[in-house]
Amino acid sequence: MMACLLEAPLRISVLSEVTATSRHYVDRLFDPDPQNVLQGVIDMKNAVIGNNKQKANLIVLGAVPRLLYLLQQSSSSLELRTECAVVLGSLAMGTENNIKSLVDCHIIPALLQGLLCSDLIFIEACLRCLRTIFISPVTPVQLLYTDPTVIPHIMSLLSRSQHTQEYITQIFAHCCKTPEHQMVLFNHGAIQNIAPLLISPSYKVRMQALKCFSVLAYENAQVSMTLVNVLVDGEQLSQVFARMMQRDKPIEMQLTAAKCLTYMCRAGAIRTDDNCIILKTLPCLVRMCSKERLLEERVEGAETLAFLMEPDIELQRIASVTDHLVSMLADYFKYPSSVSAITDIKRLDHDLKHAHELRQAAFKLYASLGSNDEDIRKKITETENMMDRIVSGLSESSIKVRLAAVRCLHSLSRSVQQLRTSFHDHAVWKPLMKLLQNAPDEVLVMASSTLCNLLLEFSPSKEPILESGVIELLCSLTQSDSPALRVNGIWALMNMAFQADQKVKVEIVRALGTEQLFRLLSDPDTNVLMKTLGLLRNLLSTRPHIDQIMSSHGKQIMQAVTLILEGEHSIEVKEQTLCILANIADGNTAKELIMTNDDMLQKIKYYMGHSNVKLQLAATFCISNLIWNEEDGSQERQDKLREMGFVDILHKLTQASDPSLCDRAKTAMQQYLA
Amino acid sequence: SSSDSFRRWLCVQLQYPHVTVIRGYLSAAASLQSSAPKMAELGAGSLLTGDPAFNYQEHELNERLKRLYPAVNEEETPLPRSWSPKDKYSYIGLSQNNLRVHYKGHGKNHKDAASVRATHPIPAACGIYYFEVKIVSKGRDGYMGIGLSAQGVNMNRLPGWDKHSYGYHGDDGHSFCSSGTGQPYGPTFTTGDVIGCCVNLINNTCFYTKNGHSLGVAFTDLPPNLYPTVGLQTPGEIVDANFGQQPFVFDIEDYMSEWRAKIHSMIARFPIGERLGDWQSVLQNMVSSYLVHHGYCATAMAFSRATETMIQEDQTSIKNRQRIQKLVLAGRVGEAIDATQQLYPGLLEHNPNLLFMLKCRQFVEMVNGTDSEVRCFSVHSPKSQDSYPGSPNLSPRHGATNAHVHNTGADSPTCSNGVTPTNKNKSHNKYTGVSSASSSPSSSPSSVNYSESNSTDSTKSQPHSATSNQETSDSEMEIEAEHYSNGVTESSTRIMNGTYKHQEILQADDSSVDDSCSSRQLCGGNQAATERMIQFGRELQALSEQLCRQYGKNATHKKMLQDAFSLLAYSDPWNCPVGQQLDPMQREAICSALNSAILESQNLPKQPPLMLALGQATECVQLMARVRSGSCSFARVDNFLH
Repeated sequence: MMACLLEAPLRISVLSEVTATSRHYVDRLFDPDPQNVLQGVIDMKNAVIGNNKQKANLIVLGAVPRLLYLLQQSSSSLELRTECAVVLGSLAMGTENNIKSLVDCHIIPALLQGLLCSDLIFIEACLRCLRTIFISPVTPVQLLYTDPTVIPHIMSLLSRSQHTQEYITQIFAHCCKTPEHQMVLFNHGAIQNIAPLLISPSYKVRMQALKCFSVLAYENAQVSMTLVNVLVDGEQLSQVFARMMQRDKPIEMQLTAAKCLTYMCRAGAIRTDDNCIILKTLPCLVRMCSKERLLEERVEGAETLAFLMEPDIELQRIASVTDHLVSMLADYFKYPSSVSAITDIKRLDHDLKHAHELRQAAFKLYASLGSNDEDIRKKITETENMMDRIVSGLSESSIKVRLAAVRCLHSLSRSVQQLRTSFHDHAVWKPLMKLLQNAPDEVLVMASSTLCNLLLEFSPSKEPILESGVIELLCSLTQSDSPALRVNGIWALMNMAFQADQKVKVEIVRALGTEQLFRLLSDPDTNVLMKTLGLLRNLLSTRPHIDQIMSSHGKQIMQAVTLILEGEHSIEVKEQTLCILANIADGNTAKELIMTNDDMLQKIKYYMGHSNVKLQLAATFCISNLIWNEEDGSQERQDKLREMGFVDILHKLTQASDPSLCDRAKTAMQQYLA
Repeated sequence: SSSDSFRRWLCVQLQYPHVTVIRGYLSAAASLQSSAPKMAELGAGSLLTGDPAFNYQEHELNERLKRLYPAVNEEETPLPRSWSPKDKYSYIGLSQNNLRVHYKGHGKNHKDAASVRATHPIPAACGIYYFEVKIVSKGRDGYMGIGLSAQGVNMNRLPGWDKHSYGYHGDDGHSFCSSGTGQPYGPTFTTGDVIGCCVNLINNTCFYTKNGHSLGVAFTDLPPNLYPTVGLQTPGEIVDANFGQQPFVFDIEDYMSEWRAKIHSMIARFPIGERLGDWQSVLQNMVSSYLVHHGYCATAMAFSRATETMIQEDQTSIKNRQRIQKLVLAGRVGEAIDATQQLYPGLLEHNPNLLFMLKCRQFVEMVNGTDSEVRCFSVHSPKSQDSYPGSPNLSPRHGATNAHVHNTGADSPTCSNGVTPTNKNKSHNKYTGVSSASSSPSSSPSSVNYSESNSTDSTKSQPHSATSNQETSDSEMEIEAEHYSNGVTESSTRIMNGTYKHQEILQADDSSVDDSCSSRQLCGGNQAATERMIQFGRELQALSEQLCRQYGKNATHKKMLQDAFSLLAYSDPWNCPVGQQLDPMQREAICSALNSAILESQNLPKQPPLMLALGQATECVQLMARVRSGSCSFARVDNFLH
């Protein structure tokens, strides 16, 4: 205790001593003799190098505004202004707090202003400082774009020296975060100006230029389309990138070049079957996933590869057999490894930091790999502990991991076989349901979409899910603002109603409420409308169900059907609606709702003569159900419909060129003959 | 004329038959060129077929194999080039130059399986070895296995089923590692697919490729000396091998480049720990002793001042050697002999062979008109220069001789001073044929022949545009080393610099260079000089006879003398089958021998430690190949000589 007491004042005195020397540096900035000021700045430069404490002290003591003043003052000598920029650059190299203080002092506009000077040494010092500030995550990148004259001017400085090239490309690479940024840079000639730098003698310049192209091309078709036509020293850019992926090049360069080609490919500028994608980019990215690479590289490699092959089954197939990728990815889940925990605290810390990133990247890549091919899905689920990993991933604290895990689960849930086996064995529905209770929209979309598949009639998970009270949850999804969630909600209900018990159907109708049902029938999203019609159709199957639902909701349903048939809708929507009508016509009592509605009968007649065969078929189906012989009152219905001219139409349809329509009409005609 | 009388005398003295027959006929010279390229011999048998397409393929194969496996010495360890008609099961049929394999058994069950091995095992010096097999037809069931097996493994089996046998099977995509049961490995393969098999002899693993995509490691801990092997089991199965006859579908060179980079960075980052200081002084001593050895006195002194290293030899001694070397390299051998006898009395008396060599050279230089004994007669007239307008250094006829010299240069150890310049000269006039032929003789470590191993390396190294840049900016030392090769060699600025330098150092003799290049008359065209030469020739003959009496017959001497004298058998000695002797570059060997002898007499090493280390490293890498350490392929000494 005594020692502590004694030590405290001592420390304070040391601190004040440091502050005193720091203050001396700042004081010298105010010396009336410019020569002394210059020497003061130079001494300050030498004092702060590598000394974070000193940097913080100087900032606290107000050195920054004075340095900025001296830097901007046209009366200052060029040497002094340059030294100021160097010291500021040095201060920026310190902690994030330093950067914040510098930005708060409006250093960015001051430095950007400095770029207008003609002296190259001074420009380079300003750019170096700007570079250090802009690559910090605490700097708002927008500050680069506030003044519209800045970008064209910086672009013009690219030709000045290798240093300006390095700093500028590095700034661009870090400050291009949105499509707007991409377009600003693109419109000011970023591509033409930066492309030649890809063959610069300086590795740093080449590397930063490459990074620029990767951020410019990301999800940008215009940039990507332009890039494919760019020639560098007579060589196509894709060839230049392919060369940068050669296996003896630095990993950073290989990876970034692969990203460029991936983005160009995804933007449609390079075909997925192009050799530079299939034989170069894809294998390069698979290599990036190998155990030999750094954890960061493995994360980036897996994410980029997932993005590259997401839409293309051929790429998925090739990747799935390349270098044991599927089992290689299993290794992503082994961090922090048990070995590192004991032997090396530093390594454990490193592992922990990247563990989440690794897991989510692996899930993403599995999701992409398995999105189309059944064999690949099988291979994935057979990977060691795969389903357990997904299940635990679904309830991880990191939202990124949860999202990726559910994406992976969704991708695998497209497999009938997996739904029947591994999904049920591992009761994946449980964590999935939990995830649905309380999650951000993006997770909800994936989770509910997966749920749709789990509710398919052959899925053994359907029963337990039903019992867990999912209906209310799904109904609430249909009220979401997000169209994707509304679709998934109603889709899941549709799947649930397929060949379901009367009890379930009644429960769905009750929980959803007819009001909501009809609101969904007028949903602006066609997908929602289609799935709602699908739900209705599934509800209205088997005769007792039809009669029961129609007896309670017949009026509203008929109204909705009329509305849709009269409205401007796609063929698919109308076909689905006519199918509902055909189902209604199959009921015992429900039939009468159509027979007594002449307007509706006229509509059916209209669609029997429609130019689209699908609609003709559905309408004929409906009539066929109405005139079916073995049912009560069939004679009356036949007579009425004959009077209305349906027989003539049916007769005409027996001559139809479409065989199924022709058959359907003949079957209907037989009802009259019998 | 006197030269004619000398020729007659020669014929009588030496019974030198061809001189009388072809005297003066340049056209016959070609028939004497015994050093024609030897390279094509490996494929000699097949070349006789005369099929141009096949010859082309053979050529492609040789080129590709040389590029892929530069470290392999095919005379020791030939590469697989086709399937072996002798090492196969009877159910296997071969066609298309033993590259196509088809099944001709019953194919009822696994007992009817049949395999074939390649003609040779995979040499470890490949580092990374690769071959591809195209499935022409999967036949009835597609039970094809592609892989590796050791010599003697049963051929009535598919590769992978037995000990020391490894395979990847098409029907199930499994890998078989010396076992009847396979492991899930890759996709299945069938008609139209191209399957590649890559053996990594550095870490002893193997991976396969399918249609250019790597499938990942299949086997580890592979034994050495495996043969490429394929096995078939049902009728109709046909596969074609590609051992390099065609470009590979998989980019194997890219994979190799990764390993090359790995090995190079391993070497570059080799930990030296706390011995950093030791290493530095070792390196400094190596550089210093090299400079001293070759007599770069000023450079050596400057270097030792800067690095604070000690020089064993005293400065006068170095300067003496330097002077003697300069004389030899300038073609003034007579003066060199005088200087040696004066500075190192007894040296030549104790080395009669060396003295004889020097005298022979002196004779050649007399023919050349450069030796002082004939130069004193020639009055150098400006007219002779005027008669060659333009650059006197670049007379076209001389250029032709020059090319001839370079061609044979690789066979005889030349340059002792400055390894790099010789390398460069060679790679400029790259004679692809020479490299494999001259790479064969491997000297034992005790008598390492540096210049030979170097010239071998240099012919294989690609001419590099970057090197010439580096060269010009390099130290004075290199220029010093080079300028004696006399401006004839190349028209590049570097050499011109050298020539200039040369003239500066030997102030009084600025005409000597021009003489050797431009006025190409016997002994400078001077009658008195010619007579002196003939007299000298007789003295030389006498010396030879004396040595013969004293020490017994010496075939080397006899050959040397014959060659020197036969220069006179031609009306234009510079353009004759033995004309290469007149090339200034030929002075370097004798210069080096003399220098070594002087150093030995002073109890100093006759070879500089740098060259010793270089030779040792070269031998080490060759030894690595023999003990099957695959990384030797990517750790070649010439990779590190820039």
